[in-house]
Amino acid sequence: MRRRGRRLGWLSFALGVVQLAAPGAVRRLGGVDDSARSRAVVPVVGVRELVHAAGLLTSRRKGAWAWTRVAGDAMDLAALGVALSRRDGGRRRRLVGVTGAVAGITALDLLTAVQATREARTSSPPARGVRKGGSVELTATTTIRKPASEVYAFWREVENLPTFMAHLEQVRATGDRTSHWSASAPFGKDVEWDAEITDETPGEKIVWRSTGKAAVPNAGTVHLTPAPDGVSTEVHVVLVYDIPGGAVGKAVAKYFGEEPHQQLDDDLRRLKQVLETGEVVRSDGAPWGKRARAEFPQRPAQPLSDAEREKGADA
Amino acid sequence: MRANTRAGRNKVEVRDVPDPRILNGRDAIVRITSSAICGSDLHLVDGHVPTMQDGDVLGHEFMGEVVEVGSGVDPARLRIGDRVVVPFPIACGACAACAAELYSCCENSNPNAGIAEGMFGHPVAGIFGYSHLTGGFAGGQAQYARVPFADVGPLKIESDLADEQVLFLSDILPTGYMGAEMCDIQPTDVVAVWGAGPVGQFAMDSARLLGAAQVIAIDKEPCRLAMAERAGHTPVDFDEVDVRSRLLELTGGRGPDKCVDAVGMEAAHGSAHISAYDRVKQAVRSETERPHALRQAILSCRGGGVVSVIGVYGGLMDKFPAGAWMNRSLTLRTGQCHVQRYMKPLLERIERGEIDPTRIITHTLPLDEAERGFEIFKNKQDDCEKVVLKP
Repeated sequence: MRRRGRRLGWLSFALGVVQLAAPGAVRRLGGVDDSARSRAVVPVVGVRELVHAAGLLTSRRKGAWAWTRVAGDAMDLAALGVALSRRDGGRRRRLVGVTGAVAGITALDLLTAVQATREARTSSPPARGVRKGGSVELTATTTIRKPASEVYAFWREVENLPTFMAHLEQVRATGDRTSHWSASAPFGKDVEWDAEITDETPGEKIVWRSTGKAAVPNAGTVHLTPAPDGVSTEVHVVLVYDIPGGAVGKAVAKYFGEEPHQQLDDDLRRLKQVLETGEVVRSDGAPWGKRARAEFPQRPAQPLSDAEREKGADA
Repeated sequence: MRANTRAGRNKVEVRDVPDPRILNGRDAIVRITSSAICGSDLHLVDGHVPTMQDGDVLGHEFMGEVVEVGSGVDPARLRIGDRVVVPFPIACGACAACAAELYSCCENSNPNAGIAEGMFGHPVAGIFGYSHLTGGFAGGQAQYARVPFADVGPLKIESDLADEQVLFLSDILPTGYMGAEMCDIQPTDVVAVWGAGPVGQFAMDSARLLGAAQVIAIDKEPCRLAMAERAGHTPVDFDEVDVRSRLLELTGGRGPDKCVDAVGMEAAHGSAHISAYDRVKQAVRSETERPHALRQAILSCRGGGVVSVIGVYGGLMDKFPAGAWMNRSLTLRTGQCHVQRYMKPLLERIERGEIDPTRIITHTLPLDEAERGFEIFKNKQDDCEKVVLKP
């Protein structure tokens, strides 16, 4: 960790020197040389980079300085977003490249900052073999304009779960209360586990948990209660599980838009869609239904080509 | 097929794109016979609505013939060969919002609901051709369009009315009507409408239809004011007079009883320095709106009156006259139009000859000339009020 902090420090130093010594070249490379404002912004960012460098290279509190880099990166990405919205053609392509590079640096900064913060909180080295990650509790809720008995029956048929839960690939019932689950975790890792229903009250509650040596130990509860309108059912879901890679995985996943809370909200929205309309809604920009959020920025809102449709069928 | 797509900031381009196909069982494919350019399309192309992408097919006012239906579409409600007008909000027909006839707040039709929630606090319905914030659905300035929940939204036209008479049931006629209806118009009311564009014209006509004693049109474009005057409304040119003073003169000092903002986020102000202030803030994205019309409407409305907002706003605005609104007991009512609620009653009014929607059409162009249509509409050239596109 100390070494990565120093590496970030030298990276900041190099970026700062380049932006101060050759701002014109930086502006041309980045595609913003048509803007008078960038003439002032690029050197200012250069100075800021040097401040980051000084902090990271000389301070013992590298974690705090790494977080200042994350904040700086957020400002950069916002400025680049504004610049992008005003350009097209070659300049826009160069800006997209620069934005991608800054996003990559941001991910590295975030990883460093999160690790540094976690290390600062650890009073002693963990015992060998003890998991570093902690458990995460997620909650989400929605109201579905269907009777509780229908919602319960749909959820209780566990093979229905992948139709609305984004990262579930398949759930196969292996007994009345047991099942086998497979899922894609963030960044494409696949995981599988067995699960059992530990408690249930028809029309009201289902409680389940993973069993055996699950790579992602998890447990969940769904509670159904009548909504005040006399027609709808409130669905309250609690999930408890370890994100692969623990807090670092969570931080990185959040940055890339796969924050589990957001995922669970979207999952319940799709549950509502399926039960109320019979299908998961799909648009031309988000044609793959339950993977909509993961696809930002989306494809343009125009009809799919035949090749895209075939790819979607396999994806 | 050919489709009009966003091609960068302030640019549109008619391109070849794939033909739409059925994706979900409740889809239909419509062969488009007429579509139109809307004032709110300009917000998309100007870059004032986030999440637009190059290549997005534009257009949310369209009609045509059903050429394909999915397996889940109820044949009693829609079948191949039906002639339909498609409402711009996509509604599922099954959620609590649809049950309450709040179709533009449909809880199921937007696959990007989570993004919309971040922007607006709660999701909004999917909308054709209107950014990825409202779902990323391809629009209808094209030869064909895919219509989700096809047995819920499209209105069948079974009479021999021409396209031009019914096309605007997709958006601007119901929107204008809703603007007037939200005012709760009484026979003694004077109604002032900011913006004499297409929606404003229909709001004025609807106010008259609902019994207003007088309707006042506020704009600066001579052709728009003349169009309103020919329809029997009183014109006020905000470049020539102070609006509030003129409204007080016309109402014996009371102020208009009901006010309609049919302009939205890109209003212009007669005073150059006030206009520049909001335009600069909008350009640097510290404010997303230029809400002159709404401010004027609130300050001009009589105490206890209603201000109805149907112009499109997308984000944050500055200097909302909250004190005038609160201290004078004004009611502010608004909404993206719940088109499905109004289509059939308004169709009946058209059939009875009570409304003539064709009066606002000034240009009819082939789809391939959409780029020119956008330019003359945006720059108000050639006395342009409304452009209809024919694929």
